[in-house]
Amino acid sequence: MKALESLLVEKGLVDPATLDALVDTMEHEVGPRNGARVVARAWVDADYKKRLLADAPAAIAELGYRSGQGDHMIVVENGPRVHNLVVCTLCSCYPWPVLGLPPVWYKSAPYRSRAVIDPRGILEEFGTQLAEDVEVRVWDSTAELRYLVLPERPAGTERMTEEQLAALVTRDAMIGVAKVESPGRASDR
Amino acid sequence: MNGVHDMGGQQGMGPVQYERDEPVFHAWWEGRIYALNRAMRAWRKWSLDTDRHEIELLDPVDYLRMSYYERWLNRLETQVVKYGFVTKEELASGQAAPGSTKSTPALTPATSGRWLSRGIPSSDDPLVQAAFKVGQRVRARNIHPLGHTRLPRYVRGKTGVVRRDHGVYTFPDTNAHFQGEKRQHLYSVQFTASELWGDSASRRDSVYLDMWDDYLEPD
Repeated sequence: MKALESLLVEKGLVDPATLDALVDTMEHEVGPRNGARVVARAWVDADYKKRLLADAPAAIAELGYRSGQGDHMIVVENGPRVHNLVVCTLCSCYPWPVLGLPPVWYKSAPYRSRAVIDPRGILEEFGTQLAEDVEVRVWDSTAELRYLVLPERPAGTERMTEEQLAALVTRDAMIGVAKVESPGRASDR
Repeated sequence: MNGVHDMGGQQGMGPVQYERDEPVFHAWWEGRIYALNRAMRAWRKWSLDTDRHEIELLDPVDYLRMSYYERWLNRLETQVVKYGFVTKEELASGQAAPGSTKSTPALTPATSGRWLSRGIPSSDDPLVQAAFKVGQRVRARNIHPLGHTRLPRYVRGKTGVVRRDHGVYTFPDTNAHFQGEKRQHLYSVQFTASELWGDSASRRDSVYLDMWDDYLEPD
């Protein structure tokens, strides 16, 4: 690995400072905190939520987040009767600008194989119980569209500020494997 | 191709292995290989579709055994030789051959912002006609291309309903193989769980896939 990098640098094909910047961006600038801010804004601002569901890339850009793997985004909303779950069965497609790079489990064979055939089993493994009458919609990211789940706002958060709400929103809830817990009932994940 | 990467519906892969407080990269080299892949793609010798297909061409045993970034490393080593950036000998020795030409990096701090925010092109090109309408019942074609495809096996031959027309997108099956963009409409198509998996599946649940015109036929 070191040999490959030094060879490509020696041949002038890549610039080490650019590589550093690429890594730094993923480690420090991009990540699920971005998505959490989008979700919290949608919870407190009905007009923003409307824009987010109608044109996600534009609404997300309003908060300053933009990059490849997210130009064509769709936000799908969870509710009392509908639960959405996102997967990429063929590789690892994931909404980078709002969630960063995907966790290992999202790219792994167990998740990719089962999310489409046994979504309720996957949800149970994540400790997410759904009533029988809830409709599960699985989004298999087979093209350049990227999906973000807008989780349900939990009970007991009526008085919380947008910032406090954002702190409750987890990466897993925005993939759809978990719900956002009410404050004080944080899940063990 | 009907490769091991086409995982939807496979069984026996075990439970999801969850890691708490997972770091973005688990080791220094993972970040480097991530960045090298992005920086080398900026030479525009291959597309994202070609990138994906290169991973699909891994030996299936290797595919399952390797970690995600091990696949990326393997791919990049293949690509830099295949596309003439380095020779096999240089790759083996880790040293540039004496007298070999030195390039100027395609991706620099000055150009990377624009390159990295450059999206995947799509459009509402009115000249490209949509073959299907929202609400229409369609069937995923029962085809088995030997090359790259984004039509998973588990949906082939199944019927669904077009729920949304996303506009016009590059067709990965040709683009991955340098056979042109063949731009065409892309749709969100809903397939019920019972259509895909039979009577034991929940009657309420569905899977939505993004499908190009060439993957579909009228039902």
